[in-house]
Amino acid sequence: MAAIFQGVGAAATLSSSPSNSFVPKKFLTSPRRSFSVRKVPSYVVVRSDGSVNFDLNSKSRRAQQLVANAVATKADSSAASSSSNPGHELLLFEALREGLEEEMERDPRVCVMGEDVGHYGGSYKVTKDLAKKFGDLRVLDTPIAENSFTGMGIGAAMTGLRPVVEGMNMGFLLLAFNQISNNCGMLHYTSGGQFTIPIVIRGPGGVGRQLGAEHSQRLESYFQSIPGIQMVACSTPYNAKGLMKAAIRSENPVILFEHVLLYNLKERIPDEDYICNLEEAEMVRPGEHVTILTYSRMRYHVMQAAKTLVNKGYDPEVIDIRSLKPFDLYTIGNSVKKTHRVLIVEECMRTGGIGASLTAAITENFNDYLDAPIMCLSSQDVPTPYAGTLEEWTVVQPAQIVTAVEQLCR
Amino acid sequence: MALSYLRSSSSRSVNLLKPLSSSLPLRRPISTDTTPITVETSVPFTSHQCDAPSRSVETNPKELLTFFRDMALMRRMEIAADSLYKAKLIRGFCHLYDGQEAVAVGMEAAVTKKDCIITAYRDHCTFIGRGGTLLEVFAELMGRQAGCSKGKGGSMHFYKKDSNFYGGHGIVGAQVPLGCGLAFAQKYSKDETVTFALYGDGAANQGQLFEALNISALWDLPAILVCENNHYGMGTAEWRAAKSPAYYKRGDYVPGLKVDGMDALAVKQACKFAKEHALKNGPIILEMDTYRYHGHSMSDPGSTYRTRDEISGVRQERDPIERIRKLILSHDLATEKELKDIEKEVRKEVDDTITQAKESPMPEPSELFTNVYAKGLGVESFGADRKEVRATLP
Repeated sequence: MAAIFQGVGAAATLSSSPSNSFVPKKFLTSPRRSFSVRKVPSYVVVRSDGSVNFDLNSKSRRAQQLVANAVATKADSSAASSSSNPGHELLLFEALREGLEEEMERDPRVCVMGEDVGHYGGSYKVTKDLAKKFGDLRVLDTPIAENSFTGMGIGAAMTGLRPVVEGMNMGFLLLAFNQISNNCGMLHYTSGGQFTIPIVIRGPGGVGRQLGAEHSQRLESYFQSIPGIQMVACSTPYNAKGLMKAAIRSENPVILFEHVLLYNLKERIPDEDYICNLEEAEMVRPGEHVTILTYSRMRYHVMQAAKTLVNKGYDPEVIDIRSLKPFDLYTIGNSVKKTHRVLIVEECMRTGGIGASLTAAITENFNDYLDAPIMCLSSQDVPTPYAGTLEEWTVVQPAQIVTAVEQLCR
Repeated sequence: MALSYLRSSSSRSVNLLKPLSSSLPLRRPISTDTTPITVETSVPFTSHQCDAPSRSVETNPKELLTFFRDMALMRRMEIAADSLYKAKLIRGFCHLYDGQEAVAVGMEAAVTKKDCIITAYRDHCTFIGRGGTLLEVFAELMGRQAGCSKGKGGSMHFYKKDSNFYGGHGIVGAQVPLGCGLAFAQKYSKDETVTFALYGDGAANQGQLFEALNISALWDLPAILVCENNHYGMGTAEWRAAKSPAYYKRGDYVPGLKVDGMDALAVKQACKFAKEHALKNGPIILEMDTYRYHGHSMSDPGSTYRTRDEISGVRQERDPIERIRKLILSHDLATEKELKDIEKEVRKEVDDTITQAKESPMPEPSELFTNVYAKGLGVESFGADRKEVRATLP
């Protein structure tokens, strides 16, 4: 029993957020794949991705608690951190910075390029003070020339450097689309494997607070069909730091999507070195009735809706898909097989967004397990308006999520 | 006997007739001889914001013979590629470099394999110059496994990582920011090497070029931007595409040099000068005044926007191989027969390689999915659904 438990604990640390009640310190670095216990007894505590939601001494009690009050993922619950390693509290942009700084210390080939990342400290303070610490050659202020500095980052990556290219807003990277698509994504293939492009392209995107149409774009829908790149979206300080580190260490080009409105989220993260698996989804809230797939800011709208849903007697399972390319169909599939109903909540537009691809992927692979057609809630196919009320109605709101779940579970 | 050659040379090569140091009286095996010869370039260099290098170029018999052989090989290879394309063994796009060989060969003579070269899609000869083999070229053109990119790249995607040849790029102008990135990496690693980023007169009007140039000048990168000006951007003559066709001046605050690109020795001199300059002072632009005999690509006859007289005129007056041939003969470094033998040998080599390449197998079906991602995500590719699409194709 103890052995299984230890294996379970090992798996838990890498994939779940620290709002889980324990994270045994010594298992932090063991690989997820070694976990092989998949048996699911009664009202199960061991989830398909191995995350564990029970306390060592009171598993049944905790599982019941879980159903009764939906756990919000904004892990400000002090109970979460007190029982195990204390860690330290910080905001999401600080977590990104910590990840970046640690990787820059660890590997001298890592450098940062972007507009105002150096002396100014980054427009969202992600690279604050890094230029002072690492110098101008490693934290480079570029002129406003996305096409060429992205190209330069890719050229540098071809020689073995590991640049982190920051787009001040993801929307500006549209100017670098040619470089990202043709050179970043395809060079490994067209050179027959001679060159790898270990570049990380990151930046904030998504709908903010009345930023206007051009500054509220969701580029994940445009980039998703570029072959050869990986895309991840972070949503909490824990996974922001973990994904940033994993992306820098990966040999493949990775695009890390951050969200303008999530930079000030606060969370307690472990002190130790950890990374998050780039291709893995995060189980935010296990449940029985419906699988809600989401990512980035919509996770918080979903969790808010989940509170209402739980009060109404539903038990939604919320998964933050995190990996936008490729999808973690393993986690998603296991969830679909359990709940038989899927709701996708995304911020992309209805046409050609991540939700559209995910719907297709799930339908193709898990059609037999579905009791109802997949519902996908996305933003409206309109340029994001400036007016506050209109902007609110462009994106999916918690009330709509509640209605959708009710409809789905009828 | 040498006089008959003197009379038949065009006026441009008058300068060749005055070897400033003596050549050999006897014909020893010349391929290893390195006694220095000084030759003057055909025309002086024109410079912008810098001092032009001298017109006198140091060379030696060995180098001249190497130039001759290499350029003959490149010329033969491109013509063979032309016939292969017409025989439908090469498909898609095929951009031929004949006429421009002096740029590839002269540049190689001035730099080491540690310096990086990156060019656009007219890359067959640059690849050879960087040490690529004929077999790799023909196999890649025909899409076979033995090709330099395993058959998956094609004519426009030749790469050779171990000799720092970064390709091979299809989108016009996109290679220049990449080249400045290579220069940045060289500066970052303190390599004391330079990058030559080649582009054409058509690409010279791309915005990303100026962006990259600005950043290179700002950060003092050892980047040398080489404009291979063959005067036609596909079908559009340079005077119809550029308000100011003085591409070497386009850098404004960045120094530039205009070079006769049909003279391999001038190219060598300019590249040497540029390398020294770039290592000390940052970017420099070289404009190589050159010409391509074929059309833009195999689907372009090349005669709708220029006259056949123009093409044959350049071939007679300025052909790079002829120039070196005359130089060799006037200095008595080899007989005409020996040079013809070299050409025959080259022709045979090309033909043999083509036969060998034709026998090389096509890539395995599983190769469709390899090299999409670097190892770590498995070697197989993933679509959106992460289903490993393995190699059992219908």
